[in-house]
Amino acid sequence: MATYQLNVNGQTKQVNVDPSTPLLWVLREELKMTGTKYGCGISACGACTVHLAGIATRSCVVPVSLIGDRKITTIEGMGQDPVGRAVQNAWVEKDVVQCGYCQSGQIMSAVALLKATPKPTDRNIEESMGGNLCRCATYVRIREAIKSAAEQVT
Amino acid sequence: MLRSLETCSEGSVNRRSFLRASAVAAGGLMVSLYLDLPAVAQEGGPPPPKVYPPDAFVHVRPDGKILITVNRLEFGQGVQTSLPMILADEMDADWSQVVPELAPAADVYKDPLFGIQMVGGSGSIAHSFTQYRELGAKTRAMLIAAAADRWHVSPDQCRTENSVVYGPTGKSARYAELANHAARQPVPERVRLKNPSEFRLIGKKVPRLDSRPKCDGSQKFGLDLDLPGLKVAVVAHPPVFGGRVRMFDDKEARNLAGVKDVFEIPLVKGSGVAVVADKFWTAKQARDRLKIDWDLSGVELADTSQLWIKFKQLARTPGGVAVARGDDNSLDRIPAARRIIAEYEFPYLAHTPMEPLNATVRFEGNKAEAWVPSQFQTMDQMAIAEVLGLKPEQVTFHTEYAGGGFGRRAVIDSHVQREAAMIARRLRGTPVKLVWTREDDVRGGYYRPMHAHRVEIGIGADGMPAAWRHVIVGQSLVAGTPFAAMLIKNGVDETTVEGVADTNYNIPNLHVSAHNPTVNVPVLWWRSVGNTHNAFVMETLIDELAARARVDPIAYRRKLLKPEAKKLRAALDLMAEKSAAWRNNLPRGHAAGISCHECFGTAVACAVDVSIENKRPKIHRATVALDCGLAVNPLTIESQFQGGLGFGVTQLMAQGAITLKDGRVEQRNFDGYTPPYIVDAPVTVDVHIVPSTEAPTGCGEPPVPVISPAVVNALAKLTGKRYRSLPLTSI
Repeated sequence: MATYQLNVNGQTKQVNVDPSTPLLWVLREELKMTGTKYGCGISACGACTVHLAGIATRSCVVPVSLIGDRKITTIEGMGQDPVGRAVQNAWVEKDVVQCGYCQSGQIMSAVALLKATPKPTDRNIEESMGGNLCRCATYVRIREAIKSAAEQVT
Repeated sequence: MLRSLETCSEGSVNRRSFLRASAVAAGGLMVSLYLDLPAVAQEGGPPPPKVYPPDAFVHVRPDGKILITVNRLEFGQGVQTSLPMILADEMDADWSQVVPELAPAADVYKDPLFGIQMVGGSGSIAHSFTQYRELGAKTRAMLIAAAADRWHVSPDQCRTENSVVYGPTGKSARYAELANHAARQPVPERVRLKNPSEFRLIGKKVPRLDSRPKCDGSQKFGLDLDLPGLKVAVVAHPPVFGGRVRMFDDKEARNLAGVKDVFEIPLVKGSGVAVVADKFWTAKQARDRLKIDWDLSGVELADTSQLWIKFKQLARTPGGVAVARGDDNSLDRIPAARRIIAEYEFPYLAHTPMEPLNATVRFEGNKAEAWVPSQFQTMDQMAIAEVLGLKPEQVTFHTEYAGGGFGRRAVIDSHVQREAAMIARRLRGTPVKLVWTREDDVRGGYYRPMHAHRVEIGIGADGMPAAWRHVIVGQSLVAGTPFAAMLIKNGVDETTVEGVADTNYNIPNLHVSAHNPTVNVPVLWWRSVGNTHNAFVMETLIDELAARARVDPIAYRRKLLKPEAKKLRAALDLMAEKSAAWRNNLPRGHAAGISCHECFGTAVACAVDVSIENKRPKIHRATVALDCGLAVNPLTIESQFQGGLGFGVTQLMAQGAITLKDGRVEQRNFDGYTPPYIVDAPVTVDVHIVPSTEAPTGCGEPPVPVISPAVVNALAKLTGKRYRSLPLTSI
């Protein structure tokens, strides 16, 4: 067990956990922030995507010991982010979700995409969203929502 | 799924149910449904009446909110929006004030036709449409009666709109004001339902009510459940289905801080070792440190490469007969040049819903509480009760939101819930959440069964199929279960042959038979069930016949459809019309693929625009048309079809197969069993609904079967090859 100070959505949180614990489980079980989802545990589905120092990252494979002072942003912090809010609103407006389980991760990947590439092409979308699984296959509407959000952001 | 059950139950006609209105302590009107007979009609006369707890469907609260209970699991299909729409429409409720709630397990929430509480067979809207309309209309009638009573006018002089009753001479009252008074009104036995022209919500594109919480991380799923004192459990399952623990060493596991208990538990087949800890990560690490000596003696080691040999051999002999129409021998009289022999292979498929399987149970001796994302509340509640030595009603069963399911949360033996109950029994008083990791899920069985097909077709001089001999080999989904009596006919599991035996094509001499061999691999319905493979076989062969006859594939299907296949014809016509512009203007290197199929009462036709990119099919576009009777929420239907097509692509993925060697599943996670990502699914899907005021039919499963045959039909045009083995490892 070791103690870590984490910066999550702008707030400092202290946790006492095994150093090997993936960030995903620190968020979900220590900090009770369950918006970030467990889907595979091997970085293959994207349901656990958070932003680590602004970079879309699979939190299921990042041990808490490697975080350091990098800022962590989760789905719960997206309402405070202009791009995050635009993406969430576009998701609602386009009626994207079905079961909804993967959508936190989809939105986190979409926000990272739009921050790097405000006017993404279809190819940009396929590349940035390419690792986020949705078993309901809401992909058609995800594409539409990203394009709609891109118009709102600028 | 389970469509055939419909014919075995007369549904609500077999039961006497009545509504009761009551005032609520906190104020308001509560409309509840009571049953005075068990939901399933039993032989030998009705059993004595039972008393059920009051279970509300509608609660008109003093603050104006209208709580509507949804008698189904919400797992993406949208019933949490569409069922309240139906009730609110007949009730003339203010939609902005409607709050949906998922029902716990209780008899009143059973499917009116199936007689158990469940989601399956694409039956949610189809079976509860009239039920929810009547509930809404009767609630409205009581609110009107209350207003009429207050104003000393006749109910006929009142009308309703947006949660307000309007009377003569400018009087009006909000539903919330009338609720307490309405609770003292008798519930009308009969009530007039709206004409479709009067609908205000039904038939409109109404956005989902659960979008916002699913976009901001606040929606809680079963796996997100937290309770005071909650522990988390994982189970080490045997490497081969049915294996047993001979002995295990848990010393290293127990050394981890936070591990609470390690013990052997019986499984539905065999046994496993449960690890209980404060947190998931601890439990999983502890499980990794277990040393287990497995006893596999007497356990069949299934091996898919050997099973293919056996299945293909079986397919060469007729099985249990599902259909024998016309003269089967006529096939042998058709010259060899006009005969096709086609053999198909379909692998085991895992469902892999995004939310891994889980169940939380707390056992307190004489009662228990369970929190489960469940498609099968009645079965799961019974199973938990059985493990704990309780009656089902002693288990308070909460339906949790589920991250997908596709059939995986509708398991007849409730194996996940039994495991959770088994663990909770030992940790009496402590709530325990059992988590199946993704590896547990991928390796854990309950797959869409593997199938071999062998089809011999004799083509008539007119180019149309004159004789068709079809043998299907695959495990039964229901043999040895309570569902067998309803779904196994003449020794044939109906789910094995659905989509072939009841084909809408007019084939004069049709012989369909099936073998249901037993294999030591648990199998399960997978969204659209037998139609997953049967539609693929039918639609690729019909396409091949059309190509041989040099007839346009749509025209060929039109010609071959039975006159009574009105829905499918309407869907085909609409699809043809809506896709004509792009089909006739395809870029070089693209081809159009066609398919159509009817299942669960809904007819679907599909056209796809496909090219080959990176040696894989790229689906640029799909145009889909459907006839589902009255379209309750066209927006949900559009989403179900867009997503259902994408789900169907699972079958085409290069790594879209579960294989076994020496009894062991060879895949472990999404790295080895890979469902479609955004790049694999259709880029756009335009959905067109045939206008109809017929009774609504389901939209959850019917989208799935059409996509994969349409895609390979397009590929066949590009490569000249016919694709009869899935997954599509290479093109």
